[in-house]
Amino acid sequence: MHLRPFLLSALRSVTSGDRRYHLWMGSLTAIMLVGAYGYFVQVTRGFSVTGMNNHVSWGLYISNMAFLVGLAAAAVILVLPAYVLHDVDFARAVLIAEGVAVSALVMCLAFVTANSPGLPFKWWRLTPVIGLLNWPSSMLAWDVIMLNGYLVLNIVIPFYILYSHYIGREPAKQKYVPFIYISVVWAVSIHLVTAFLFAGLPARPFWNSALLGPRFLASAFTAGPAFMILLLGFIQSQSRYAIPDVAIDKLATVTTIAAQANLVMLLSDIIFEFYSPTHHSLSARYLFFGLGEHHALVPWIRTGIALNIAATMVLMIHPLRRNRRWLMPACATLFVGIWVEKGIGLVIPGFVPSPLGEIVEYSPTWVELCVTAGIWALGLFVLTILVRVALPIELGEARSPHLEQAAVNKVVRPRAARPRYEEVRPVRFR
Amino acid sequence: MSDDSAPARPATADDGGILQKPMDRRGALGFLAGGLAAGASAISACSPLNAATPKEREIRLLEWEEFTQKHYRRMTEAERAETIERLERLAKLRDNEDVTIDTTDAQPGVLFGYAFNISKCQGFRSCVEACINENNLDRHADTQYIRIFEMEDGVVDLDSADPTYQHDVPAEGHFYLGTQCFQCANPPCVPVCPVGATWQEPDGIVVIDYDWCVGCRACMAACPYWARRFNWDAPEVPPEEVNPNQHYLGNRARHKGCVEKCTFCIHRTRKGRLPACVEACPTGARVFGNLLDPNSEIRWILANKHLFRLKEELATEPRFWYFSD
Repeated sequence: MHLRPFLLSALRSVTSGDRRYHLWMGSLTAIMLVGAYGYFVQVTRGFSVTGMNNHVSWGLYISNMAFLVGLAAAAVILVLPAYVLHDVDFARAVLIAEGVAVSALVMCLAFVTANSPGLPFKWWRLTPVIGLLNWPSSMLAWDVIMLNGYLVLNIVIPFYILYSHYIGREPAKQKYVPFIYISVVWAVSIHLVTAFLFAGLPARPFWNSALLGPRFLASAFTAGPAFMILLLGFIQSQSRYAIPDVAIDKLATVTTIAAQANLVMLLSDIIFEFYSPTHHSLSARYLFFGLGEHHALVPWIRTGIALNIAATMVLMIHPLRRNRRWLMPACATLFVGIWVEKGIGLVIPGFVPSPLGEIVEYSPTWVELCVTAGIWALGLFVLTILVRVALPIELGEARSPHLEQAAVNKVVRPRAARPRYEEVRPVRFR
Repeated sequence: MSDDSAPARPATADDGGILQKPMDRRGALGFLAGGLAAGASAISACSPLNAATPKEREIRLLEWEEFTQKHYRRMTEAERAETIERLERLAKLRDNEDVTIDTTDAQPGVLFGYAFNISKCQGFRSCVEACINENNLDRHADTQYIRIFEMEDGVVDLDSADPTYQHDVPAEGHFYLGTQCFQCANPPCVPVCPVGATWQEPDGIVVIDYDWCVGCRACMAACPYWARRFNWDAPEVPPEEVNPNQHYLGNRARHKGCVEKCTFCIHRTRKGRLPACVEACPTGARVFGNLLDPNSEIRWILANKHLFRLKEELATEPRFWYFSD
């Protein structure tokens, strides 16, 4: 009986707002439409309108997919302490993190769909029984299961918690905590599986490395929390939803450690490839230095690494990390740097040179750029909606109208089981 | 699918000036409606309801059936026959071609193998041309299954070889090495497919169900020999050049968005003929036969020649050997 008012109030939350909010959502819609047009061109004209070819057969779509799986997986950085380790500092931020995971997964699935011409109509072939899901041997089949499963977990758990709060009930631990444990393992697994999609191919020595999985995790736990810091900082400044500073401080520490680990792995990879260069190092040589007159990726990867090093240095200096004026730009820089390193610097060089030694370069066309921008806009659109629905409920502004009715009959205990951070930690320790 | 001029209108209408306008809710809804119209027109472009003539309508209806078609290996005999009939009818309707699509299974006691004599090949590329004609390869994209690498004498190195040479052959001080799908005994392309659209037949040929393929291209990333090609566009073959002797798993018409590859000319070899490349080679550098037949030429070569295969260290076990005289 509460579901209808819940949905109505959610609809009200997402459709009402000030001018800036409508401008934001309107701009995202406009970008999505540009993306839809690009996709329309791609579907009707064929994939020859993309920059991909028989040599570089994956491009911007799969690159973004690999990056965004990391963003989705990074929700575990908040889910684990908040639900499993009962860290109250993260109690309020965790719903936002799950929202980020949902929107990242929506983008991942959109990118997979944009990359496969058959998928819009033949998606049912990926479902067991009626289709033919080549599980367990295909890593892509694993990825389909993992992404969809993680999406369901990250929708169902927050929905249950929000809905319980909406109807003025404390969510029952025994109902959702088992799923939390599953989602923690699942988060790490989705990103490892995505790494194995590449690492499992001996045809591509650039990817065929045991370090790829751990490197994926390190970069994900850098870019993910960096994005979360930016988002939480924004919410903190724009709403009454009190996200404790200490939560952001803790996230900044995690980001710093992961960024350092990521740089160590990058260094390890560089030494592995260049100390005794073999024919297997040609892709790395192409990426970092170029092969002959082919060096399209060199400026990208050098910029990406420079951004990562600069941001990591800033984060490593305590006073700078604790200063929002430094923290926020550093996080934005890291996010972009990791996107370049992982998006551009990982997928594409795996195809150059081809397994038979031919060098064909790739650069995305306007169609790919439009579709990519459209999918990112879709993700931000979904994220905005989710945050917009969650905040009023968590602030206690949105409550089921049936509650007042019930209050007449019996006294409803006010929701206070979740301790406010001020009560638990009156003095912030630094 | 091919009709892309008509439905473009609603999409381009809201395309201009999209970035300048600030948006209120009503404006956003308007844009959303425009996007929906664009999506709907993309769907209706291939819908039978949109067809102008009865013939076109029949084509569209037959094309729609592809989306609900079963996996080739799960079809009953009757379903196979029905599918073949539909595909043959489509070829007739579209380009007035009378093709026969074969579904001959692997013959018992047959395992195909291939050997390539690097001291005989002169780099003429007659095999490439024969392959294009035999397998109905896309003329517009210039798809080729066979790649001939020109290498300097004494160096077997693909990275420094030239596969795109354009000069008189044989060039002084060079030798030639051809590659195509090696039909590996342990094919890395097969397990990666998320929908099981590619598999190895009992006679060793790795095949693709083009209609089941979703076009994710994971197999292309997995192949260490760059043997697979993607149909980035709808392939174009002039109707008068189409080879009408086809096999479901081989040289039948492919569509936009599926992967294809060399099948050792499955439509010929399963009926006891040689692949087109072997027949076309003027130097006799190509040897093809049944590995299970102790009296075959391929077995004699395997027993008496010094052989090598490409990238042995990957344990793919290609059924394609190189030898020299």
